[in-house]
Amino acid sequence: MDEFMLIMRHPDGKKVASPEQMQIWMKQTMDWIGGIAAQNKYVGGNGLVFDDSRVVRHKNVVTNGPFGEIAETLGGYMIVRAESIDEAVEFAKGCPVLQGEGNSMEVRKIARRDGA
Amino acid sequence: MERGALIPHLFRTEYSKIIVVLCKRFGFDQMEIAEDIASDTFLAAAQTWPLHGIPPHPVAWLYHVAKNKARNWLQREAVFRHKVSPGASGTSGGLGFPGPDEQDIDLSPKNIEDSQLQMMFAICTPVISAEAQIGLSLRILCGFGIEEIADAFLSNKETINKRLFRAKEKLREEKISLRMPGVREIDERLPTVLITIYLLFSEGYYSLSQDTTLRKDLCFEAMRLCRMLIENPPTNKPEVNALLSLMCFHASRFEARVGQQGEMVLYDDQDTALWDEELISQGGYYLSRSAHGPFLSRYHLEASIAYWHCIKEDTAEKWENILQLYNRLLQVEYSPIAALNRTFALAKANGKEAAIAEAEKLLLTDNHFYYTLLGELYTGIDNKKAIAHFLLALYLAKTTTDKRIIQQKIDRL
Repeated sequence: MDEFMLIMRHPDGKKVASPEQMQIWMKQTMDWIGGIAAQNKYVGGNGLVFDDSRVVRHKNVVTNGPFGEIAETLGGYMIVRAESIDEAVEFAKGCPVLQGEGNSMEVRKIARRDGA
Repeated sequence: MERGALIPHLFRTEYSKIIVVLCKRFGFDQMEIAEDIASDTFLAAAQTWPLHGIPPHPVAWLYHVAKNKARNWLQREAVFRHKVSPGASGTSGGLGFPGPDEQDIDLSPKNIEDSQLQMMFAICTPVISAEAQIGLSLRILCGFGIEEIADAFLSNKETINKRLFRAKEKLREEKISLRMPGVREIDERLPTVLITIYLLFSEGYYSLSQDTTLRKDLCFEAMRLCRMLIENPPTNKPEVNALLSLMCFHASRFEARVGQQGEMVLYDDQDTALWDEELISQGGYYLSRSAHGPFLSRYHLEASIAYWHCIKEDTAEKWENILQLYNRLLQVEYSPIAALNRTFALAKANGKEAAIAEAEKLLLTDNHFYYTLLGELYTGIDNKKAIAHFLLALYLAKTTTDKRIIQQKIDRL
């Protein structure tokens, strides 16, 4: 069993949706996470706050976020346990973020300490 | 109480009190002597009471006998130190020379409580494994039999005996003493203390090991230990209040959970008039007292779930709240039963179709509750599948109570 990070890329929900819509997404996200946790495959995760974010670049140049294509911004991540990348991808498919066109989920295996 | 049930009942409640007080008096390294004296005391009761009748004050009788046996042992020990090995006397360690005053064994409620509290923390030390801590707590604080501990751990007597023996050795080597731990130690050991209390409660509430439906004593013992932690200011933490709240909410349904023939009554069929309002309001009180601090424990979440279950009306709000609490609980602490309950709440909140899809991913295929849940979810959607699942559940169920409940569901279809 390996650990995978599911990286959510989407614009700031508050800018594109009503509070009511946000609430629906919130519930769907919680149910999605709960479904993975119910399989004992949830390891951890966090949402990332869009406001007041910064990017620190080469030579310590600091700029305000968000950054580049708006749908490419990082909105949060979750770490899951899975037998394979395919299983991790199946978990990612359930994420409500994907209801938004242009949004994406990146699935990456977490490097083990032994470097494997 | 029936005659035959009195000694086991007293054993459960008094055995541990006698041991902890004697341990405190003799020193932790003499735990086996304390256990022997407590066991001998009950043996004496088992031998005399059937012949001479149960004494008017059985607990006082037990304390009296235990005190005498303890005094005799102390005297023998003193004689040994004085006469047999005078060279070793007067030095530090051991018992020294108990004078007549010191020889008194204090079985007052206050000293029993202090000793139990100190014993709780002495056992829950990181130098022995968590399993050993729970096992010893069940044995010494709660008077569990070795067989019951084995059942609780899904293990056997031999393994448990070995584990407890090794744990006691280790505690002796570490020269653990009975005293209240400091603030940092409390934070370190409290989680184990709470798990042990919760395990004890669950043992009584669900009683998997025996075919009796309820063992209230165990539950009330667990609640008593938890209340002791709350009454002691340094251990009066939010999660301790949350745990007591949780136990109060559950315990409020004692009467409603058991039918007239001793059978289990499921939540949906319970007569709410039998729910204990006093315990429900106590649950609410401790839940509100638990609501501070930055740390949201599993007990907070479980107590909140139990709170919603004390509201009988099936509202959308209720099930949505329960679902979200289970979603969070599973992130903090996974357990198969929480996964199943979460899926049941999902069916109530999001509909059966959604719940079936999620249930089929759980794959808890050695668990009869899993198939009972699938049976429930398919009922009314695909009754053939529902029956097939119930039959699997029936096959996997261990107790006659569980089998009967499942059979009723099949009969209804």
